[in-house]
Amino acid sequence: MEKTMFRAFLIKYGEIAIKGKNRYMFEDALVESMKHTLTEVEGEFEVTKEMGRIYVFVKSEYYDYDETITALKRVFGIVGICPVVIVEDTDFENVSAQVLKYIDDVYPDKNKTFKVNARRANKGYPLDSVEINLEMGGRILDTYPEMKVDVHHPEINLVIEVRKHVYIYSEIIPGPGGMPIGTNGRAMLLLSGGIDSPVAGYMIAKRGVRIDATYFHAPPYTSERAKQKVIDLAKKVAKYTGPIRLNIVNFTDIQLYIYDQCPHEELTIIMRRYMMRIAEDIAKANGSMALITGESIGQVASQTVQSLAATNEVCTLPVFRPLIAFDKEDIVTIAKNIDTYETSILPYEDCCTIFVAKHPVTKPNINIIKRSETHLEEKIAELYKEAMESVETILVE
Amino acid sequence: MQAYLDNSATTVCEPGVVEKVVQMMSVAFGNPSAMHNKGVEAENYVKEAKEIIAKTMKVQEKEILFTSGGTESNNMAIMGCAAANHRMGKHLITTRIEHPSVGNVMKHMEEEGYEVTYLPVDENGIVKLDKLQEALRPDTMLVSVMYVNNEIGAVQPIEEISKIVKANNKATLFHVDAIQAYGKYRIFPKKMGIDLLSVSGHKIHGPKGVGFLYCDAKVKIKPIIFGGGQQKDLRSGTENVPGIVGLAEAAKEIYTDFEAKIEHLYEVKAHFVEEISKLEDVKVNGLTGKDSAPHVVSVSFPGVRSEVLLHSLEEREVYASAGSACSSNKPAVSATLKAINVPKEHLDSTLRFSFSVHTTKEEIDYCIEVLKELLPMLRKYARH
Repeated sequence: MEKTMFRAFLIKYGEIAIKGKNRYMFEDALVESMKHTLTEVEGEFEVTKEMGRIYVFVKSEYYDYDETITALKRVFGIVGICPVVIVEDTDFENVSAQVLKYIDDVYPDKNKTFKVNARRANKGYPLDSVEINLEMGGRILDTYPEMKVDVHHPEINLVIEVRKHVYIYSEIIPGPGGMPIGTNGRAMLLLSGGIDSPVAGYMIAKRGVRIDATYFHAPPYTSERAKQKVIDLAKKVAKYTGPIRLNIVNFTDIQLYIYDQCPHEELTIIMRRYMMRIAEDIAKANGSMALITGESIGQVASQTVQSLAATNEVCTLPVFRPLIAFDKEDIVTIAKNIDTYETSILPYEDCCTIFVAKHPVTKPNINIIKRSETHLEEKIAELYKEAMESVETILVE
Repeated sequence: MQAYLDNSATTVCEPGVVEKVVQMMSVAFGNPSAMHNKGVEAENYVKEAKEIIAKTMKVQEKEILFTSGGTESNNMAIMGCAAANHRMGKHLITTRIEHPSVGNVMKHMEEEGYEVTYLPVDENGIVKLDKLQEALRPDTMLVSVMYVNNEIGAVQPIEEISKIVKANNKATLFHVDAIQAYGKYRIFPKKMGIDLLSVSGHKIHGPKGVGFLYCDAKVKIKPIIFGGGQQKDLRSGTENVPGIVGLAEAAKEIYTDFEAKIEHLYEVKAHFVEEISKLEDVKVNGLTGKDSAPHVVSVSFPGVRSEVLLHSLEEREVYASAGSACSSNKPAVSATLKAINVPKEHLDSTLRFSFSVHTTKEEIDYCIEVLKELLPMLRKYARH
């Protein structure tokens, strides 16, 4: 079958249809997301919102069908994608010939149940929807005797939509679901080079949240390649979330100062508290209303419940931890699905591991941690300011 | 100031080389196999390149085979000879300090049913000749030894090795990986008893993606790449004319005023070794005099992780390498350093500095000055 016979795609969206007065806002965000995603696909497209439905029309002579589907499957908010054949000559004899050809092209195996589901938006059409259903159903049965009608649970729900032209479709390719990006505010992802944080960002973005990211760079302890790896990861996540503003913080001096002044086994916790503080400050300055981390209970010493409580304590913004109850294998599965896994496992060291103690505290007591942090009083404000001034922001698309 | 001390990884192209390469890409761009005069023009350039290179080693032009670089030359030498000479036997000998482009081919040959002996080296990285004597067998098909080691600059007694090999069995082939040696030594395969010799362009200020394999006319060898039958059926694929001409230009250039160039390199190296040895708690690995290669020094900095030191140096525009550049993107312990018994705690604290004819004393002094500043700071913040 020549897939390029499909010249349009009807987009099905679930959750957003029920959002009352906000519906238009959601639809507009979905259309914007789709337009952005389709710019990467070979071909020209028009995304339109008409009579409560979203359509993608192919405008160019040539386009890449598979690439189009892959791209649309990444757009949050889309529940289903229906490839549509458009029949311009609406004369019923022609339409019926095209429908029979459509069935033959799409379903080489005719041993299937079906139902014709006509919708007549163009009320001037000589046949009404019931007449189309009956007449077309009869012609299909005559042409393909193996096919059987089942009006309740058909394997093929053949939609014939009569507008200015006639649209034929039956397949629904599942989309990712979720909500369109930009419909639920903005949040700041703490992005490391690991497996978890890109997945966390993806999951929150799927709920319609626009993502910014912060990465802590510790030269010379972490390399240029480690930084490039994070940029590459952000690029992969941006395929789903749209452009990401990636903030790169030079964290070396703060890290070394903590190393100098605080007990070594508390280094990671204190360091993470400073990361949260910095990420929150950048978030607030840039309109983010929450933080996102890839933490999962008990995965490492800094992710025990006590440790999470100790790092959480410095934040006033809500911290979203979508992976909190996930096992590592489940996270890896998602990472592989969204194509971040291969990049995440490249062996460049990130700043969380360079000075890690042999036996870091696993049950930190907040009061003790706070007391340790008082040893930083002399210089930390200055170093903190310098770190904030060091921030380099890259727009990753 | 900048100090590029990673010339064993790659070197800057000489301006004369760049000029030739551009000329071949834009003017004499013909396919040497084409029948028209554009093709003949390109073919003549390739012939001329062959002449220039053959002359540097006093060998015949037909004994030069152009490849995509050192790795392919090494692969071709071992696999091509094995394919053509399997009746001689299925035993191969190499050393424990070879570059992966030999070492991993040997591993592959083991999977193919060959038996491989890996010769040990002494604490300076020099092959133990008595072990070679012991390892040789009537069915030894090929011996492959690198001329200059890429990590520590150890130089092998190539002529002696050849004599021992040939005394055991005249038919046993002797391959030399000369990728770090060509342009640093005058190499005469006929006189030295070398049957096959690998060279790479970008280590001698030539282009990347080109090299050659010298293969004595007597040696039976089969291709490892098949196709249109270029280079007398031995190496299919349209000749990389810009690369080949650039490589020849680089070879010509490096062997001009050769003695003065090598003298300069040894001076730079001696100065580096002298100055770095004054630093506290620093250990230079292997030999450092004229019995070692003129352009490579391996130094251990106990208590400092090589990757961190490398990036700290990089921030000050001093470029060195941790292990060999080819393997530094996958953290693995260096087989060479292990083979010369560098203590375990130094393995991850070793950098390689490598020089070229363009390296100046000022660059060395700058590098030493930066190291003096960095080392105490880096030692203070160690991982516990």
